[in-house]
Amino acid sequence: MTAAARRVWGLMYRHLALYRSSWPRLLELAYWPILQMCIWGFTASFLASRMGSGTGALAAAALLGGVLLWEVTLRSQMGMSISFLEEIWSRNLGHIFVSPLRPSEMIVALIGMSIIRMLLGVVPAILLAWAFYAFNLFALGPVLVLFFANLMIFGWAVALSVVSLVLRHGAGAEPLAWGVLFGLAPFSAVFYPVSVLPMAVRWIAWLLPTSHVFEGMRGVLMHQEVLWAHLAAAFALNIVWLCGAVALFNWQFRQARISGALVSMGE
Amino acid sequence: MSVIQVEQLTKRYGDVLAVDGIDFTVAQGQTVGLLGGNGAGKTTTIAMLLGLLIPTAGRIRILGHDMATNRFAALARMNFSSPYVSLPHRLTVRQNMRVYGNLYNVRGLDRRIAELSAELDLGAILDRPAGQLSAGQKTRVALAKALINRPEVLLLDEPTASLDPDTGDLVRSWLERYRTETGCTILLASHNMAEVARLCSHVLMLKKGRVVDSGSPEALLARYEREDLEEVFLDIARDRRQAVDA
Repeated sequence: MTAAARRVWGLMYRHLALYRSSWPRLLELAYWPILQMCIWGFTASFLASRMGSGTGALAAAALLGGVLLWEVTLRSQMGMSISFLEEIWSRNLGHIFVSPLRPSEMIVALIGMSIIRMLLGVVPAILLAWAFYAFNLFALGPVLVLFFANLMIFGWAVALSVVSLVLRHGAGAEPLAWGVLFGLAPFSAVFYPVSVLPMAVRWIAWLLPTSHVFEGMRGVLMHQEVLWAHLAAAFALNIVWLCGAVALFNWQFRQARISGALVSMGE
Repeated sequence: MSVIQVEQLTKRYGDVLAVDGIDFTVAQGQTVGLLGGNGAGKTTTIAMLLGLLIPTAGRIRILGHDMATNRFAALARMNFSSPYVSLPHRLTVRQNMRVYGNLYNVRGLDRRIAELSAELDLGAILDRPAGQLSAGQKTRVALAKALINRPEVLLLDEPTASLDPDTGDLVRSWLERYRTETGCTILLASHNMAEVARLCSHVLMLKKGRVVDSGSPEALLARYEREDLEEVFLDIARDRRQAVDA
């Protein structure tokens, strides 16, 4: 293993060891996605029974698909943000940032933890949807991998922005780790098409990779058609969002080294 | 050969000048003490040496590497210990050692952990969570973390603060032995004058961000005509006596 890979693994091992010794943390990862799936699963069942088997089944599938894929974004974002916050809460940043670990390696390790946390949270909810509500997310086909990739990348971009704000503003910015993505949900067209949004705010929706993914998901569910233009737009937007987030992180990391925020945060 | 070279190091926070153009060098194998009251600039200086803080002006070279442009090459060969920075308290001591062993790319990590465990008497606590340890045990674990990569430069910020005299003495003895055996260079910030007198061959007295005096402990005692360094510290901190050759 190269030195860089060992440093990345070192930081990931720190978090994996934490989960191994704390079953409430593990349980919490799956708790919210399962809860969401229960609530929306029953709601979808109710709607399907009222709307008839054709339209109702499609509406239920769009609803449950939206819930599950939104959890991918949310858990990816929170997985990265909270892994970083764990270092602040354990007053360990002072050791991390004086080790040879590069900031870019820290980001890679946080992405690794984000993927693990997302899978531990979302896979049980996917299985629940299949077992209880007869909704098979994998029926979307191989394009699901591209949906997942786009949603995760956007989650990381948002998480890096949150981490940047925590670096700059300290503990005061921590609540953003839980709440920031919910603010983007109405524009992400998770449960409805972008065309439902008022004309004045549709441009916001089209700037978010998530809205393109959810449009794509509905295309597959309702018309069995992969909307490649939406997927391409999602990837292109993700490149812009992720590059912007990395630039913001690098800038705020440097500012924190100038202002002394790393010293006060690390102790 | 100077392992640490500091030239005109300055740190300003708005109107506050925390470190005011200090210069010093530390030779290989030397232990240098940074002394000064609260707010004198010790922690700020150490944070700049570690790359946690970017200086407003000045230059730092450690082990031949410019910390402004190549700090990671130096950081891999250094380490740091402070009672004010914790290790993840839910992880066991062994897990913490593994984390830092990987971060510092230590070869033969299990063997190194076993060595440190034997030398610092960590065997009984190796599989206990770091958060459940006593202050003395935590200090020994922090020292083990600081030595995991066999550092050539060790920066210590009050390493024996809040320790009982017995544990403090054990830590000092261990540091002396490590330096003798490895030729490690140590920069030590401390408020414990007896510790500084015992460990340090050279002392930098800081006040308001400036080096106001320096020399060996014996030279400082002679210059201020005092019996112990604590009196010298108070003379400087309170401006109550000038060095006789000043």
